[in-house]
Formats: sequence, C-alpha cells, structure tokens
Amino acid sequence: MTDSKYFTTNKKGEIFELKAELNNEKKEKRKEAVKKVIAAMTVGKDVSSLFPDVVNCMQTDNLELKKLVYLYLMNYAKSQPDMAIMAVNSFVKDCEDPNPLIRALAVRTMGCIRVDKITEYLCEPLRKCLKDEDPYVRKTAAVCVAKLHDINAQMVEDQGFLDSLRDLIADSNPMVVANAVAALSEISESHPNSNLLDLNPQNINKLLTALNECTEWGQIFILDCLSNYNPKDEREAQSICERVTPRLSHANSAVVLSAVKVLMKFLELLPKESDYYNTLLKKLSPPLVTLLSGEPEVQYVALRNINLIVQKRPEILKQEIKVFFVKYNDPIYVKLEKLDIMIRLASQANIAQVLAELKEYATEVDVDFVRKAVRAIGRCAIKVEQSAERCVSTLLDLIQTKVNYVVQEAIVVIRDIFRKYPNKYESIIATLCENLDSLDEPDARAAMIWIVGEYAERIDNADELLESFLEGFHDESTQVQLTLLTAIVKLFLKKPSETQELVQQVLSLATQDSDNPDLRDRGYIYWRLLSTDPVTAKEVVLSEKPLISEETDLIEPTLLDELICHIGSLASVYHKPPNAFVEGSHGIHRKHLPIQHSRSGATTSVIPSQGDLLGDLLNLDLGPPVNVPQVSSMQMGAVDLLGGGLDSLVGDKILLITTCSTLQSAELVLFFMYLIVVWLPAVKAKGLEICGTFSRRQGHMYMDMTFTNKALQHMSDFAIQFNKNSFGMIPTSPLPIHTPLMPSQTIEVSLPLNTIGPVMKMDPLNNLQVAVKNNIDVFYFSGLIPLNIFFVEDGKMERQVFLATWKDIPTRMNCSTRLRNTVSGKLQSNNIYTIAKRNVEGQDMLYQSLKLTNGIWILAELRIQPGNPNYTVRELPQRLSLSNRGISCFLTFPFALDQGSPTFLNLRATSWVLSHTTGTPFDTLF
Amino acid sequence: MIGGLFIYNHKGEVLISRVYRDDIGYVQWEGSIRSSSSYLSPPSPPRRNAVDAFRVNVIHARQQVRSPVTNIARTSFFHVKRSNIWLAAVTKQNVNAAMVFEFLYKMCDVMSAYFGKISEENIKNNFVLIYELLDEILDFGYPQNSETGALKTFITQQGIKGQTKEEQSQITSQVTGQIGWRREGIKYRRNELFLDVLESVNLLMSPQGQVLSAHVSGRVVMKSYLSGMPECKFGMNDKIVIDKAGKGGTTDEAVKSGKQSIAIDDCTFHQCVRLSKFDSERSISFIPPDGEYELMRYRTTKDIILPFRVIPLVREVGRTKLEVKVVIKSNFKPSLLAQKIEVRIPTPLNTSGVQVICMKGKAKYKASENAIVWKIKRMAGMKESQISAEIELLPTNDKKKWARPPISMNFEVPFAPSGLKVRYLKVFESKLNYSDHDVIKWVRYIGRSGIYETRC
Repeated sequence: MTDSKYFTTNKKGEIFELKAELNNEKKEKRKEAVKKVIAAMTVGKDVSSLFPDVVNCMQTDNLELKKLVYLYLMNYAKSQPDMAIMAVNSFVKDCEDPNPLIRALAVRTMGCIRVDKITEYLCEPLRKCLKDEDPYVRKTAAVCVAKLHDINAQMVEDQGFLDSLRDLIADSNPMVVANAVAALSEISESHPNSNLLDLNPQNINKLLTALNECTEWGQIFILDCLSNYNPKDEREAQSICERVTPRLSHANSAVVLSAVKVLMKFLELLPKESDYYNTLLKKLSPPLVTLLSGEPEVQYVALRNINLIVQKRPEILKQEIKVFFVKYNDPIYVKLEKLDIMIRLASQANIAQVLAELKEYATEVDVDFVRKAVRAIGRCAIKVEQSAERCVSTLLDLIQTKVNYVVQEAIVVIRDIFRKYPNKYESIIATLCENLDSLDEPDARAAMIWIVGEYAERIDNADELLESFLEGFHDESTQVQLTLLTAIVKLFLKKPSETQELVQQVLSLATQDSDNPDLRDRGYIYWRLLSTDPVTAKEVVLSEKPLISEETDLIEPTLLDELICHIGSLASVYHKPPNAFVEGSHGIHRKHLPIQHSRSGATTSVIPSQGDLLGDLLNLDLGPPVNVPQVSSMQMGAVDLLGGGLDSLVGDKILLITTCSTLQSAELVLFFMYLIVVWLPAVKAKGLEICGTFSRRQGHMYMDMTFTNKALQHMSDFAIQFNKNSFGMIPTSPLPIHTPLMPSQTIEVSLPLNTIGPVMKMDPLNNLQVAVKNNIDVFYFSGLIPLNIFFVEDGKMERQVFLATWKDIPTRMNCSTRLRNTVSGKLQSNNIYTIAKRNVEGQDMLYQSLKLTNGIWILAELRIQPGNPNYTVRELPQRLSLSNRGISCFLTFPFALDQGSPTFLNLRATSWVLSHTTGTPFDTLF
Repeated sequence: MIGGLFIYNHKGEVLISRVYRDDIGYVQWEGSIRSSSSYLSPPSPPRRNAVDAFRVNVIHARQQVRSPVTNIARTSFFHVKRSNIWLAAVTKQNVNAAMVFEFLYKMCDVMSAYFGKISEENIKNNFVLIYELLDEILDFGYPQNSETGALKTFITQQGIKGQTKEEQSQITSQVTGQIGWRREGIKYRRNELFLDVLESVNLLMSPQGQVLSAHVSGRVVMKSYLSGMPECKFGMNDKIVIDKAGKGGTTDEAVKSGKQSIAIDDCTFHQCVRLSKFDSERSISFIPPDGEYELMRYRTTKDIILPFRVIPLVREVGRTKLEVKVVIKSNFKPSLLAQKIEVRIPTPLNTSGVQVICMKGKAKYKASENAIVWKIKRMAGMKESQISAEIELLPTNDKKKWARPPISMNFEVPFAPSGLKVRYLKVFESKLNYSDHDVIKWVRYIGRSGIYETRC
C-alpha cells in the first residue's frame, strides 16, 4: 500500500468528505482519513476546521494513528486553544501508560503544543517523567523542559524544573545527560550570567565521561557546552584537552569541529613553551584536512572555519597548502573558499606552486572564480615580496589573453602592486596602456587612470590618455571622476607647461558642471591650492604614499577571537558575530577567548585582587566628593559614540544628552534622558502613533508619551495597561486623555509610574510590554526602560557600611565595565552617589553606591584617568565590546540575586577619556 | 537548534514540512484564526513564509547555488540535494552548522534504509513514515538517536501493539543505550564477516608529469553476521603500531615489517569504535553493528602506488586543428589486472570533427560531453597504450580561450594503492560458545580512481 494517493484527492467539498470519514465507525477508515488530513496539511491546505473530528480519533491504542493525530495537534492547537484542551486528558493519561514509548510520545508532543492552558497541565506529568525509570522517557522529558522554557520561562523556574534538569547531568544514561546538557545550554543562553549549568570540575568530569558513551549528537551537545567552560588553570585545561582529543577521529564532522573548538579555546591557556602545546597543535592539522574529503556542504563549513583557524594560528596548517588546491569538480562555493585559504597560507616556501595553480585557475570558466584567482595573484605579490616579480609577469601573461574581465581584474591588482612596490615595475605600463579601450568597469578604469597619473612623467602621451577619459566625464562613476581629477592635477604638477589647458578643463568640469559635492569640493581644493601656492600643492598632491600591506583583508582580531569561540556554528560560516543574524536575546551574550592567568598582568593592575583591595580601602581618602571638572561647551549635543555599541541593549534608540544647555554647570540637574522613539508606528496601529521616553523627575518616574492620530477618524476611550515586568512597574493613574483625539491631532501626556505592581522577569530585563486600547482596537508594543530611572534618591550608603559590604562581596561577582569621563556630579543627579574618592597613580578612583527601586544595592568602583590622551577614537570598537558586556552584566546580575533582602553587586568600573582628533571629549553616563 | 525541516521536489513544491520551533515562519497551515488569548499576551511577530522564501531564493534562483547555507531575512537555510529532491533545514539561531549538515546526510541515510532511493515518488509513498521518523530523530530541533538499526526495531509502520514489557524496555534501552547501534540477542547459524578495503586514489598531475597532489582516501567497510555481542579487534599495517611492536624484536624484523607498513595521515571511525582506546594504544576495538556499515575512513599521502600514468601531448595546428596524443602506462604487478579503464580527453566547444586511432580498447568522440572517451576493458600491469586524435575546429570569433580541462581517468584495480593490509580481525564473544577460529572471514581490496587528473 502506498501513501501517495492521499496527495491526489483534490475535489471540492473535500473537507466535508473528510469530516464524514473521520467519524466513520471503522478504525481503518478513520486512520485513512487522518492520513489524508495530514497530506492536505503538508501541501498547505487549511484543514483546521476538522479539529474536533481529528481530536476525536486520539483515543486509540493504535500508535501510528496516535502519532498522526498528535502531528495534527501540534500544528493547529495554537489556532484552536479551547478545543486543544479536549486533548489534555488523553495526554495526561498517556503519560501514565505502561509503555515507555507512549509515555515519551505524550510528553514530547505536549511540549510542542504552545497553548498556555495546556502548559499548565503539562507540569505534573513532566515532573513525573523527569524521574521516570525508563531512560527513553527521561531523555525526552529533558528536552521538554527546554520547550516549556521557551513558552513560559517563569513557570519553569517556579516549578523547579531547572534543578531537576541539573540533576539529570548526573544521570546514569549518557543520552539523558546529553539531552539535559543541550536543554540547559539553550536555557542558559537567555540568562548569560546565571551560571545555570554550574560548570564545576566535578560536573565537567561527568560530562567528559558521558562524552565517551553517548551518541554522536550527544557528543556535539557536550563538546559545545564544554567550550563555554573556563578552566581554572593550565593543568585543568590540559587534562580536559587530553580527554577531548580522541574525538578528532570521529566520523561525524560536527563532532570533530566541536572538539577543535574546545581545543582552540583551551590552547590559549596552555603555556606556549610546553611540549603538550606543540603536540596538540600537531594533532589539530590532520583532522582538519580530513574534513575536506567529506561531502561538499561539510567541506564548505570546514573551509570557512579553517579560514578562521589559519588566521588565528597559521602554524597548524602551514604545511598543508596542497590540500587546498582546487579540483575541477569542486562546487563553486568550495573553490572560492579554498582560494581564500591558499592565499592565507602562501609563503616564500610554496609560492611557486601557488602561483602555478593560480595561473591555472585564471583560465577557468566561472567568472567570479577567475576574478578571484587574478586578485589572488596580486595578493601573493603583496604578501611575499620575493614573488612579486613572478606575479607581475604572470599577470602580464593573463593580460595577453585579452579576456575582458581578466584584463580588468589584472589592472586593478597591478595598481595595488604599484602601491606596494613603487618605482619598480613601470616597464609594464606600456602593455597596460594597450588595453585602455577594453576597460569598461569603473574599478579597472579608475585603476588605470591612477597608474597613468602616478607615473605621468614616464608616459609620453599621458596627457592624451587622460584626455581621452575626459570626453565622457559626466557619464563616469564618481570613483572614476575623482581619480581622473587627481590624476590630471598630478600630471599638471609634473608637466605644467603642456597640460594647463587640460587641468583647467577638468577643474571646471568638476566644480561647475557636477552635482556631486565630493567632486566639487575636491575640485575647489585643488583649484585653490594650485592658484595660491603651487609648491605646497606639489608637496600635498605628490607626497609619498604609505605602502599597503596584505593585512587589509584579515578579520579584525577581537572579532576573530569571538568567532573562534563559535567554531562549527553558523557564526563561523558567516564570519559574523551571532547578534548580527540572530534575533532576540540569544545573540547578545558575546563569547571571549579565555585569558591565560600568567599573562594577565595588565588586567590585575586595573582590578586589584581582593587582598589588595582590603588594604586600599583602609587608606581611602574619605574626603568630600571633588569638584566636577568643567565640561567644555564643545560637547554640547555630542551624539554619544557608545550608542552604536549599546544598540543591542537599548533597541534601536540612540542615546542623546537632551539637557545639553545645562551642561556648563554641573550643579544643574543633568538627568540623562533617552531619545524619544516611536514605540508604536501608525501603520501597525490603524493610524495611532505613540512615541515617547521614560524619565525620573523629583523622585518620581514618568512615561512621557506623544499620541498622534494619523487616521481619518477620531479616536477616543483610551486606556493603557502594562504587562508584568521585572521591576513591577505599573501606571499610578489612568491615561490622562479625556477628549477624543481628532485626525492629525497630537497630544502629549506624562504618565506617572510606580513599582508596586506584580513582578515577572522579562528578557531583556528592562523590557516593558504595553497594551494601549482605544475605540478602534487594542494595540501592543514593547520598549526598553532605561535602567537609570530606577535609581532611587536614597541610594547613598553610609561610608562604614559601604566599606564593610564591599569587603564582604565575593570577588567572583565582580564584573567590570568601562565608562567614559564620568563625573560624580552628573552621576549624583542620576542618583548614583559617590561615597569615597582617592587618587592612585594619577587616576581618580570613585567609590559609589546606588539603589534600585526594588531594593537592590549596587556598589561600584570607578576609575577616571583625567585627560589621558593615549586613548584615541581608533580604539573605540575594542572598548565598546567590553563596555557592552559589562552593562549587560549590570542589567542581568541584580536580578539573579534575591529580590527581597538587600543584596550587593560589586560593579567595578573603569573609565577613560576619549580624545577626539579635535580634542573634544565625548561624554556619557552609560 | 533546527527550527524546521522541509523537503521539496525539483519544482519547489513542498513534500514534507515539519516545524519544530515557533520562531521560523509557518506554512500556510498556520491558519488565519487569530489567537484569542488574553488581552496582554505579547503580539506575535509577523510571520514570513520560510517555505516560500527558500523556494523563491534558492530553488527558483536563476543563478547557480553559490553556497549551501543561505540567509534570507535573518533566517538561515541549510540545504542538500539528492537527485532532484531538496532537503532544507531552517533555523533562526546560531546553530552548529556542521551538525545540521551531518544530520541532513543522516536523514538521507535513514530514508534510504527504509524505502530505498530518495525520489519524489518514494517520499510521497512514505510520507507518514517520514513524519514518524522526523518526530523520533529530531526533538525540538535536537538530533536524537538516528541509527537505522535501532530505529527499525520500533518504527515499523505496523504499530507496536503486541510487544511485551521486556521487549519495550529492550527497545528503549537500546535507543538510549551505550551500544545504540546493535540490539541484543542476534543469532546466526554461521558466523561470518566480510571486510572490504575500498580506496579511491586521487591525483593531480602537471603536464610535465610532476605530481601536484596525490592522496588516497580509503574506507574499510564491514559486513558482519555475528551472534551475540561480539567484541572485535581490527589490526592493519599501521606504521605507528608496527614501529612500536618492532622495538621489541630484532632490528631486522623491524626493517622488514617497516617496509610494508604505511603512514596514515588521519583516520576517522564509526561511532562503535572506542576512540579513547585508539588515542591511547592505537588499537581499534569495537562491538560492530549488525549487517553492513563503514568501520573507518582514512587518508594517506605518502608512498602511494599510482596505478596509471597519463602522458598527454596537445598541439594546436593553426586555428582550426588540434592534435592530441595520450599515452597511458600501468604501473603495478604484471600478474594483476586493472578493469573498467576509461580515459576522458576533453575537446574544445567548437569541435567540428574528430578522428581517433587507438591501440587498444575503443575510443569515441562524444559531442554532447565535449570529450573523447577511450574505454579499455582490462589491462595488465606494466603495460603501455596509446591514443592519438585529430580534432577539427570551427573558426570562431570568440576571444575567450579554451579552458583546457584536465584529462581524467577512471579505473578499478584489485589492490590498495595506499599499501594498506589487513593484518587481523579478531572476534571475541565470551557468552556464546564460538571462538575466533569459528568465524569465517573474507577480505577484499578494491582500488578505484577518485579524481585522477592530468593537466594538459
């Protein structure tokens, strides 16, 4: 019997027929009917109207039929939650079935039904199944906890399922362990600092034991989890590595890559001189090469990862360049990746071979591949100096082929070679000039023009050549126009007598006839330079250019380190950090390579260890808070640079200091406000637009909103309600809009808030979900509350209390963040109080306290380096990533602690001053 | 983790669609009924139709597929293609990419083990079974036990009504157990095993006869028909093992055995092999699955016996004529016979006619494949054969030069080009009364050409 016939019924009244069949007396008929329903569902027909009839078929002892009904339920339960309740009884009953397969099936399916009412009933059966005698049921229940957490995280915590899950790590069955690890890892991704997994040496040992016994998939879960562990010293790192290395011989490439990830991370902790370090490096290379004999898709994933590994540790694969030679039958995506790695591995030792290969590739058919091969030759020339000559002659050979795109690509790379080795290969310019007519791509044209301009004095007919480009000046792309302008000015400076006319022509074309401001500006600059001081013009225009190096295409080191922590995953395939392509909270937590303790001297000087700190604190200079340094008016309205880095945290808002007019005097209230953002766009809310921000004034919190009616009818009967949130924030009064809102009318309201409402943890912590109702409909939106509105006025702590509690705080709770040019007065106006201050090595240390509305105290140490000119804007990205992480710790940490009793978080912060090229200090609170 | 799995036919029609995670877009069967849950439940995000996105952007894309991983609107699609069937896994998270592909391969294996070739017809015929399998081997997007041996014990499409309690617990312990790939209580009247050493030898040679790259990728495939839970130990002429053993004996022996031993660059094993033991002692011990499976894969690059040498000579005579001469030399013991020899000499696209003369076998110009295909049924070792061809070309204006693809070769030889030899495969089963001597063992070596190319 075949099932394909179910796909073919396509008559009218089909639903009606199915309904009749589903209610047929004969069991076989009913089964047939359910199969038809599933087939219809697969091809995209809406069969939701059959819900009650299908659910009726659930009470059966036929497992196949039961599975089909369950499949249907999983897809439609959400659309019919009330009906889905009908199925609950059957699920609960099945969870007690003597057959473990049925028990597991029931608990597995229940978790997939995302209906609140059903989840409530799920708790009891799930609790039982987590302790079931049969491992098959337990392993299914473990995954079910993750499912439930996805639906209702709070309930999972309240019901203590996380603890049960943690208990399963010690389970006797390896598959149960593996699934528990997978579930915990996923759950902990949404609580980055909660240490849910509780990775301690004992648990690590359990995981390593299970690693030897569980399925290939289980091994992947465990290895991925292990890679998040930070061994306490090199001994521990080494012993874990020893137990992970056998996985490199696994047939499953994902097991191999995950093992590579663990080893690459822990290598950071091993001393470079040790024998083990070098043995480990040697062991890494063969399995990576073996990955290339797999299926093409896995090869692709492997190559993307090898690309990272080669940049991080080139020594691993430096001998293996041959395996990256392209095969004729490789899929194009494998070819392109191999090419990339070949160039990274190219060195003086193998350059001859590499060049021979590249030349071969340049004659292939795929245009992208050929172009990349030509580019690669240029990169070799720049990377390996000894090969430059040979590369140039290879490129010349390629130009002789007259294949249009090869010629153009070759000219572009030859320009780069000239930039690296000036005055060395001009003899080939004549050949290049022969191909002038065939260049039709802007890149190639610009490259050629640049070459002519740069070597104008050696090209007899340079003026003619450039003039030929000038004819269609306005049709060229901006890039070509700009280059042409510069080239002609260069030519003029070198041969002023013959080219005066030409330069005037180009200057007028650029300044008078062009709409492009860049071009006009450049034109005017040249014009004035040439007319006022030709000598200076010569110095400026013909100055020596910095040489280019091959490092330009390498991945930025901090990003590379982060990607190394993601080996095997999508991030490593895209070469992007997870938050660039993952929505929601999963991507926010950034991973870092572990830091070797013996090398961390720099860090310890910034964050003194506990012992040092005790001494330091006793010597605190407990004077009054110092005067706030005057803030220059230059910074008024300076858009916060950090804002970009905070985007992931604060949504799409840009932090802006709104009270800039008051900045001159630090005594004025400097409450940091957030930019007003559109919370609810009109298109989503039938014409109602709400934008607003949060603020704290005179000890009260407000939600300042602007309602705009962009619809054609009036709006009335406004009401607002908040969902439960982390701080129990609720409106104190109803929404003060009493008159109907007329079309295109705008009204501003300020809604007072307090924090006595019900508390529920949100993700991210400061997320607030709001419902607004009017006579038309109910609309929902959510926004992030800036944390500083929760800082209460009585956040000033007694000095002695501060000292005592500071000492009590366990060091492991420290998290450090970096703030910039923070000023205690400004902090104070935001209810962050400076308790003590002292000066260490020319840096101001501020000790501060603040208190949140829910009674949590936060203590912080702030380090200020006044006017330190060493930090420049260029260092910004690196710092940003640090501050980002610090603040996310800051946001999530207090919540993990007990809410009722005052608990302390030790937030040590370091700040620095950023000096802009103009000397403007940039400034912000967070 | 994996958010959903779709199977499409070549037209892009959905054959199977299973969604595991809410975050990815639904197929139309989400239904149009809006959630009537409470006033304050957060609004659900707009659903993009993931199924359609993949069809439009990948299956129907005009360009050749540039990557097996595609990101469309923050949703990642992994796909593999089997004949004209597309399997796509979808996710919105930062999943382990290698795992997703391995899973898709495994999924194909499982499907083939259940119903043979993966074709539209077979998938439609077995869609209920496929859904049942997908429910079992992927839970919330996490791959679970996907060994066919274990799956076949309880996913049968027959219902499992008549099982006793013991049988049930046996099934669950097998699915979750340490030896998930083999069930207990297997009995054979005749204990027998077959070992196939299958190698593919890959070569890339320059026109001048210089080896640019050469490697052998080999597989040891075992068919075991053994009773009980046999403990097996496999030995081969691995250089590291032999050198270690040789230290004990006289130097003479070491030298002698050293000659026959081979250096293995890297090897990977079926999950039944105890990897920690291999890592520490380099011994390969395992309890095999029943029936056929791949015990190990390996790769060697040193001292490879290249069974054939191809010597090309291409001469362009004017613009409209090419002269090609190719000599092949067999390079192995004269007593052995190579089979299924095929030499493929590419011809330019503007070929108008070809005249071929060959000493042995048959040669033909195949216009549709743009190649001269020269086939020889058998050829003994240490022989030489030659083909010469004259290719007439149509004059063209096309400036683009002919890419001159390499000359490729196919063959099969009855030895292992890497030099690998099976030394022993010992079987121990303590509970049943058969010993290593009672097991009938067969070993066979087959060397095939992988990508065996000579540039011309």
